Amino acid sequence: MARITGGITTSHVPAIGAAMDLGKTEEDYWKPVFAGYEYSRQWIKDNKPDVVFLVFNDHASAFDMDFIPTFAIGCAEEFSPADEGWGPRPVPKVKGHPAMAAHIAQNLIENEFDLTIVNKMDVDHGLTVPLSLMFGQPEAWPCMVIPFAVGVVQYPAPLGRRCYALGKALRKAIESFDEDLDVQVWGTGGMSHQLQGPRAGLINQAVDQKSLEDFVNDPERVAEISHLEYLREAGSEGIELVMWLIMRGAMKSNVIEKHRFYHVPASNTAVGHLVLENP
Amino acid sequence: MPEDKPYADIPGTVVFDADMSRKGYHLNQFCFSLMKAENREKFYADQEAYLDQYPMTEDQRQAVLDRDFNRLLALGGNIYYLAKIFSSDGQSFELAASKMTGVSQQEYRAMMIAGGRSPEGNRYIGENKDG
Repeated sequence: MARITGGITTSHVPAIGAAMDLGKTEEDYWKPVFAGYEYSRQWIKDNKPDVVFLVFNDHASAFDMDFIPTFAIGCAEEFSPADEGWGPRPVPKVKGHPAMAAHIAQNLIENEFDLTIVNKMDVDHGLTVPLSLMFGQPEAWPCMVIPFAVGVVQYPAPLGRRCYALGKALRKAIESFDEDLDVQVWGTGGMSHQLQGPRAGLINQAVDQKSLEDFVNDPERVAEISHLEYLREAGSEGIELVMWLIMRGAMKSNVIEKHRFYHVPASNTAVGHLVLENP
Repeated sequence: MPEDKPYADIPGTVVFDADMSRKGYHLNQFCFSLMKAENREKFYADQEAYLDQYPMTEDQRQAVLDRDFNRLLALGGNIYYLAKIFSSDGQSFELAASKMTGVSQQEYRAMMIAGGRSPEGNRYIGENKDG
């Protein structure tokens, strides 16, 4: 049977991808960001997943205003990097696991999580930047990826509590898949940031640090943070943190924290990153 | 009955809710079209003619031509959609954010490196004189 062998959280700032694609990682501005992932790149070499269940949000790249799914699972054979206005990122195509994705979709829907099934989807920086951060710049991604898109563009995003519960159901869905696979669940996006309007650049380090701590040791508390609190305290885009709760719900209640990293800024955003293992 | 908007008192912030989404539908669909290289070519060849394809309001249309992103946000533009415009223009999110906050990119970057804009005084409209 498949088993969950790790949980990762990471921000997915597009400028991080651009810094890698344009060879700027050694610049003073970017060095500390990438230094925070050195441990993780070694960890993932030692703990190579067969499949990553990657929770991210589409930033108006695959879904336009005609279709705005709240939870969408990618069931395709492969997913191409999206052209977000400056051409697609020069990164490999993402290989899916259609059979496992279909199993998870059926299992979650039967457990009252009404997913949208997506058979064609380009994947934007929300998905490819975390892969780049963890795997660097390989010729091909070293694992299969099941993209799971959460609707956080139009208010309201799903509640943190709902995402956490979905994560718990996801754990059962993954563990009931009849293939011998090591699966990691990644939750991406966040931390505090606001990209729009005169309040752009808002960062709340105190709230971010508390969230990082509680994602490890008190996820129930994080799951109860209201949308209004995210908007007011963590910036209009800080609400992306609900996606981390899907990862956390999929992990056991007590986890081993292997690595924690926090850095301000990457472009407009506070970068937060955790590597977790089940005991 | 209108929906409650408990977030309406957050300064300098437009929450992209269902009302804004309806208001900005054609504007945002225009932005989305810029994800295709051939559309970008047509847009830069004749911006006004390209915009004629989308039944947006005169205000929205003018704000696109002016690249007035704060105005576009108020008119129903969503930041991830608007990003297709400034990305197509070859501008970064950092530069766009600096313009929306009314400072130079260097000043904006310096603020971020110093830890970002503090939430202190930025939680409620009228919380302080700068709010």
